[in-house]
Amino acid sequence: MQLKNEHKLQNRIRALTDGAATGLAVLSTILVVAPLVAIFIYLIYKGASSLNLDFFTQIPKPVGESGGGMANAIVGSGVLLGLASLIGVPLGIGGGIYLAEFGRGTKLANAVRFTADVLNGVPSIVMGMAVLAMVVHPEGHFSALSGGVALGIMMIPTVCRTSEEMLLMVPNAVREAALALGVPNWRSVLAITVRTASPGIITGCMLAFARVAGETAPLIFTAFGNSNWSTSLNEPIAALPLQIYVYAISPYDDWHRLAWAGALVLIVLIVLAVSLVRYVTSRGVLKGAS
Amino acid sequence: MVNAKVPEIHISQVQFQPEPQAADGQLPAVAVEASPIRRFLLSRGNSAIADRGFHVLMVLCAFSIFGIVVLIAYELMTLSKLAWGTFGLDFFYKAFVDTYSNQPLYWDPVNSHFSALPFIYGTLVSSFLALLLAVPLAIGVAVFLTEMCPRVLRGPLAFITELLAAIPSVIYGLWAVFVLVPLLREHLNPWLIKLLGWTGFFSDDNPTGLGFVAAGVILAIMILPIISSLTREVMTAVPHSQREAVLALGATRWEMIRMGVLRNARIGIVGAIILGLGRALGETMAVTMVIGNSPEIHRSLLANGSTMASVIANEYAEASSNLHLSALTELGLALFIVTIVVNAFARLLVWAVTRGAPSATH
Amino acid sequence: MGVGIEVTTLNAWYGTNHTLQDINLHIPANHATALIGPSGCGKSTFVRCINRMHETNPIARVTGSVRIGDLDIYADAKPVEIRRRVGMVFQRPNPFPTMSIYDNVAAGLKLNGYNNRRELDEIVEKSLKNSALWDEVKDDLKKKSGASLSGGQQQRLCIARALAVDPEVLLMDEPASALDPVSTSKIEDLIFQLKSQYTIVIVTHNMQQAARVAEKTGFFLNGRMVEFDSTHKIFTNPSDKRTEDYITGRFG
Repeated sequence: MQLKNEHKLQNRIRALTDGAATGLAVLSTILVVAPLVAIFIYLIYKGASSLNLDFFTQIPKPVGESGGGMANAIVGSGVLLGLASLIGVPLGIGGGIYLAEFGRGTKLANAVRFTADVLNGVPSIVMGMAVLAMVVHPEGHFSALSGGVALGIMMIPTVCRTSEEMLLMVPNAVREAALALGVPNWRSVLAITVRTASPGIITGCMLAFARVAGETAPLIFTAFGNSNWSTSLNEPIAALPLQIYVYAISPYDDWHRLAWAGALVLIVLIVLAVSLVRYVTSRGVLKGAS
Repeated sequence: MVNAKVPEIHISQVQFQPEPQAADGQLPAVAVEASPIRRFLLSRGNSAIADRGFHVLMVLCAFSIFGIVVLIAYELMTLSKLAWGTFGLDFFYKAFVDTYSNQPLYWDPVNSHFSALPFIYGTLVSSFLALLLAVPLAIGVAVFLTEMCPRVLRGPLAFITELLAAIPSVIYGLWAVFVLVPLLREHLNPWLIKLLGWTGFFSDDNPTGLGFVAAGVILAIMILPIISSLTREVMTAVPHSQREAVLALGATRWEMIRMGVLRNARIGIVGAIILGLGRALGETMAVTMVIGNSPEIHRSLLANGSTMASVIANEYAEASSNLHLSALTELGLALFIVTIVVNAFARLLVWAVTRGAPSATH
Repeated sequence: MGVGIEVTTLNAWYGTNHTLQDINLHIPANHATALIGPSGCGKSTFVRCINRMHETNPIARVTGSVRIGDLDIYADAKPVEIRRRVGMVFQRPNPFPTMSIYDNVAAGLKLNGYNNRRELDEIVEKSLKNSALWDEVKDDLKKKSGASLSGGQQQRLCIARALAVDPEVLLMDEPASALDPVSTSKIEDLIFQLKSQYTIVIVTHNMQQAARVAEKTGFFLNGRMVEFDSTHKIFTNPSDKRTEDYITGRFG
């Protein structure tokens, strides 16, 4: 009888533990979701109230004058990201093609894959330092070019790995069909395999793009920032995240407002990109083909 | 297999094709007249050179990844030579002691005293705090998403964690400066001081709300997504049979998760945590914005501090001397090496679980 | 017009697995030749050796010689050149998913640098007519994707794609095994019409199919060719006991 009671008690405890564990898991999920919701609500609340036409058309006003915008930073970010894509997209896709089409199962491919993953974890500020030594010092001044190089280098591993994954999703039968027609391999890879995987590869590029779009640290000492209009590759250039940083740590309320507005613009762009990526990948890489 | 069951009688009903004519056994003597298409195709080369070139080009693209690592290492080493020559290993563990005040002086660009100590300390403390906060939450989320979550919620919740990972550091920093830090200053810090002030870890001498705790909290929020998504990945890699085996013994759901899933996935989870650590060590902008940026070592977690990444962000663009620049670069090099090692280790652990068959971790 | 194929002491390996052993065989021009045998017997490997497709697998290795017409394909040419002369239809229909019907058929020519639009139009039409698909797709040649067709139509599209480059030999690796009976009979009709113009080698699981379409039949077992003779002889009076066992359904 006593044994039976003990057993019952034990089961009660087990059931309670089970409930507690479930509760904790739910609680932690809420705790994780909460900051995101908080950040978004605050961003929209603060950002939307400071966002106006001037923000997109004006350059920053000197301290003390109210108004002004971030037009130069938006354009500057565009220039930097364009430059970064010129470097990161072809090299990244090329690396992905190597991994998926040529290096399958080889030790070299494994080493490339591993290095790309590790490189992904290297802090962006370190990339910036290397670019400072490589581009800024020889040139003697900060420049848009150096900022673009820093961001471009950061795109390569991400683009490379996602391209590889997308190319691997292309069925082998499609490759064989092209080769059996006597199409040269390079043409078959580009016109058939890459083209078939292109919706996925493009989303991979957008993901990398969204990631570097918000990068600030490596720009501090490469692109440097600029409070005037500049689109020259040879001069310091403004960038949206950099401007947000400078304004956020400034002591002026006006600038704080601009920082919020800038952050809202940036996050909207990034969320759009991420949602698009998710939409396309959830539809599958091949179904997107027309 | 269909063919095995074909009865003989069916075959005999088939009308057979007549045998090939006399040509059988010999190649056709008449030259085949080529069509225009055939002639065109025959005129095309075999593209051996183009194929070879394309292959080499793609290999070069792949090698650019090695190139980047080598280039970073080379540039950082060249630029940090001066500091290495001046301070040697002392840079990482010794501090200059001011003869007047008898106080340690860690980082004084004006007088060319450079020591990495306060930054190593700051980096470790903020990262450790972040892990302390993030790991239980991340595992909780992963458990919830893989084992408990209703199917409808799974997609949106996974999407939200993905979004958390996509928010730029500078926006976390912005939010932290204007929302998190005031919150800590007004509510959490006074409470911590009252409750735990006696330990010396929470002293009442920094009225700003900036400092290690603020950095740790914002870092925790930032590394949560990577830890939880990787944990989710390794947990889903645990074969279903493991779960069923435990359930069949009459285990509750939690016991199933603990014994069937977490135990089998633990190496991968450790990998995920280390990967999160790698992120935390190198995270720059948000930390720079809330840690207070003073190159000192304090026992109190509410004091201002500085990390390796934050001091670089603050001073690298305007380094006052070559030695200053070189010392900062040496910090960067150290950060580079540490993050490479940490990431490589973590990747290996995660790979071991998600690649191979169920690993031998019973 | 097709040409004959002369195979001499062909051996093939995948890694350490000796998948073809000492195959000697003459495939006559402008006729259909069927290869039968249980799965894993090497018949698919054999046809892939005829257009050097097996080389796409890095662990594959081949010795011996294959002559197509007067060309020794292992000694005198590169795989690309062989494959332009030897068309192939695979077990599962594999149209290019991103291309329209038209582009699928024209792919072999376009991707080899043939750009004469008027001629391409003609070739596409002719190939689709030859593969008995023209009437079903002529209205949306450039509108519909190749992947939007039914399985049987896709397979005929793949045949049209192979025919567009005007090959001398057409290899078919179980072309109907993934199709329903109606589509299968359409493919068989097609083989019937095509074999006067092309040398056709068809690998099949289905012995009745071999008996219906082929003049010659070869029986493969465990990487060896047990018997090669007229289809009539193989199915009515095989000289090897193993062939008899197989066609009467005693194993397989």
